[in-house]
Amino acid sequence: MTTTIIWTIVAITVLGVLLAVVLYLVATKFKVEEDPRIDEVEKVMPGANCGGCGFAGCRAFAQSCVESGNLDNNFCPVGGNEVMKKVAAVLGLEVHEKAPMVAVVRCNGSCANRPTVNDYDGIKSCKVKAALYSGDTGCSYGCLGCGDCVAACQFGAISMDPATGLPVVDEEKCTACGACVKACPKHIIELRFKGPKNRRVFVSCVNQDKGATARKACSAACIGCGKCAKECPFGAITVENNLAYIDFTKCKLCRKCVAVCPTGAIHDVNFPAPAPKPEAKPAPKPASAVKPAEEQKQEKPVAPKTAATDKKEE
Amino acid sequence: MKKTFSIGGVHPDDKKISAGCAIEVLPTPKTVYISMAQHLGAPAKPVVAAGDRVKTGQVIGEPSAFISAYVHSSVTGTVKSVAPYRDLAGNPVMHVEITVEPDEWAEGIDTTDTLVTEIPQDVRFIVDRIKNNGVVGLGGATFPTNVKLCPPPGKKADILILNGAECEPYLTSDYRIMLEKNGQIVVGAALMKHVLGVDRVVIGIEENKPEAIAKMKEAAASLAAGSSDYAGIEVMTLKKKYPQGGEKQLIDAVTHRQVKSMGLPIDVGAVVQNVATSLAVYEAVQKNKPLIDNTVTVTGECFPKQSNLLVRVGTPLSYIIEYLGGMPESAAKAISGGPMMGKAIANMDAATLKGTSSILFLTREQTKRNPETNCIRCGKCAEACPMGLEPFLLNKLARNNMYDELEQNAIQDCIECGCCLYSCPANIPLLDVIRIAKGEVIRIIRGRTAPKK
Repeated sequence: MTTTIIWTIVAITVLGVLLAVVLYLVATKFKVEEDPRIDEVEKVMPGANCGGCGFAGCRAFAQSCVESGNLDNNFCPVGGNEVMKKVAAVLGLEVHEKAPMVAVVRCNGSCANRPTVNDYDGIKSCKVKAALYSGDTGCSYGCLGCGDCVAACQFGAISMDPATGLPVVDEEKCTACGACVKACPKHIIELRFKGPKNRRVFVSCVNQDKGATARKACSAACIGCGKCAKECPFGAITVENNLAYIDFTKCKLCRKCVAVCPTGAIHDVNFPAPAPKPEAKPAPKPASAVKPAEEQKQEKPVAPKTAATDKKEE
Repeated sequence: MKKTFSIGGVHPDDKKISAGCAIEVLPTPKTVYISMAQHLGAPAKPVVAAGDRVKTGQVIGEPSAFISAYVHSSVTGTVKSVAPYRDLAGNPVMHVEITVEPDEWAEGIDTTDTLVTEIPQDVRFIVDRIKNNGVVGLGGATFPTNVKLCPPPGKKADILILNGAECEPYLTSDYRIMLEKNGQIVVGAALMKHVLGVDRVVIGIEENKPEAIAKMKEAAASLAAGSSDYAGIEVMTLKKKYPQGGEKQLIDAVTHRQVKSMGLPIDVGAVVQNVATSLAVYEAVQKNKPLIDNTVTVTGECFPKQSNLLVRVGTPLSYIIEYLGGMPESAAKAISGGPMMGKAIANMDAATLKGTSSILFLTREQTKRNPETNCIRCGKCAEACPMGLEPFLLNKLARNNMYDELEQNAIQDCIECGCCLYSCPANIPLLDVIRIAKGEVIRIIRGRTAPKK
């Protein structure tokens, strides 16, 4: 009995040692030469493997960083400038700081603004719905409200607002990976500069119908009147196909466009509440949410005279 | 024994409740909206401008590519606008809006009812007439007929199959034209037979339409007695099974040949045309009349007046409904086409197209979707699929975006007949999921093959 145990131990030990030697030899013989820096870079990556950078995962991104020899075309949207600085430090490369981005939902076709004209009873998927028809309101460009973007977000940064039926982006959680941009069949979500103090101005509409048609379908639609483009002192606004677009690289956040927009399609977010305007210019729309109080105290208004209602889109 | 296709299929209830209603000519509306995208392929290019006066049958849209078709004015009147107008899915599509005046036909169109049975011998002449009169396949896909009748070099058809199956429940427009315009259909078949140079034409009709079978047999026999041009045209009674009217299913039913994956009917020497297309070919060639009207079934248990109407292309759906007494309260869903493959209408102001075969009204009860539950692997969908696919598997793969595996499992062969969805006891929206993934896979396949050209 004892001998059996001893022999078993001996046999297993010898076998183990032999196989270890074989494995060692094979490993040295067929060693894959890999830049050790790839591992180092991967270590500083967020490790979400979200694919937001355009690569299959964090390791593929690290490999590309090491191989390309510069960081001009590589940027980790999740880690942002912090992580890129670390990557640059590991590789001894220069990195240009990028302005942080955030996903912006460019549709304000809430239940109140956009009356439904028919009911959809199919599977709850924007992709399926978009392939079937234009949507359950008169607007064939706007949000379908089935939440494909919510499902696509790996960071839990998007949720559907039951009151408006529109997706809401949590700017704290949003990493600007762009997954929701790809998931939206109507191309409503856009990545824009997060802006200083998270302030940004954007056209919250993608409707390309002529003014009257767009207005009929949705009271908050951009009607392509061009007033904002004329008002903008920085030439940041273009109107194409009956739709205004604000170039976020040129926009200086003066908010003049917000004041002139007749339908309230231009939204400004995270600006402190404007001082009440003396002349009675009709406000575009009632505020849908009120600003956090402490922010109002600390921050000086950028354009206090604008008639724009403070709106919170996210 | 009656023939049918070999794999899959389902047996939905017939519900041909409008079968007894003779075709009635619908008066022209005040305004028509004629779409420039009424056919498969590139949309037509409008050749009229606002303010132009057009006659009935005048060309208003020209083909913009090889696979495209002419569009003609279905009415006489003044062009009010050439602008995007919402189609029945609510998407803006280029339409020509015409304010209607009393009919004044364009020159060279024979508007009499006499049956012209003499077949022109010049093939080029027949094909040109079909092309210039904007004839497209009226079985559903609206593929330009002239393209289908000219197979690519090296491929030769040996049989023409006319699709008179009308396997979708409720639809009766093909049935009515087979009863009322059988002579014209047979002449149209003979014209296409001459173009293709085939000896055999089979008109496939399902067994649930005995009157149509009798009438078509009679017409084929009497014409065959008069001229050798009509030899070889036969009527075949098919066993009732959905989707018999699918191109590949019909070829299988009639000839027992099976088209291989991603193949075309011409690969097995067959060309399939709908009976309504045959009628349009007759009118285009023998009467020089463009495809400006078609038979539309308006039906549904909740709809007060069942009817089969001869409708001018571009007639707003709301006008048709108004004419028949308005939309019933209980109608929850309007569908263009049959209940199996038709599309729900989102915009009742949309206008009819060349390929509009029916407006069907269903109640909330009838269209109710039960909550989706888990797949129990019963295999009913795989049994029902007429293309021999495994919808339960495709559904799983599609939901995980596994496109390589989807292609290996031949998702691209799906004909979107809806048999899987119809048979699923777990109410899984199989077709909805598969259709999207199929589009994606076909896009991937095209992207792969395109650069090689």
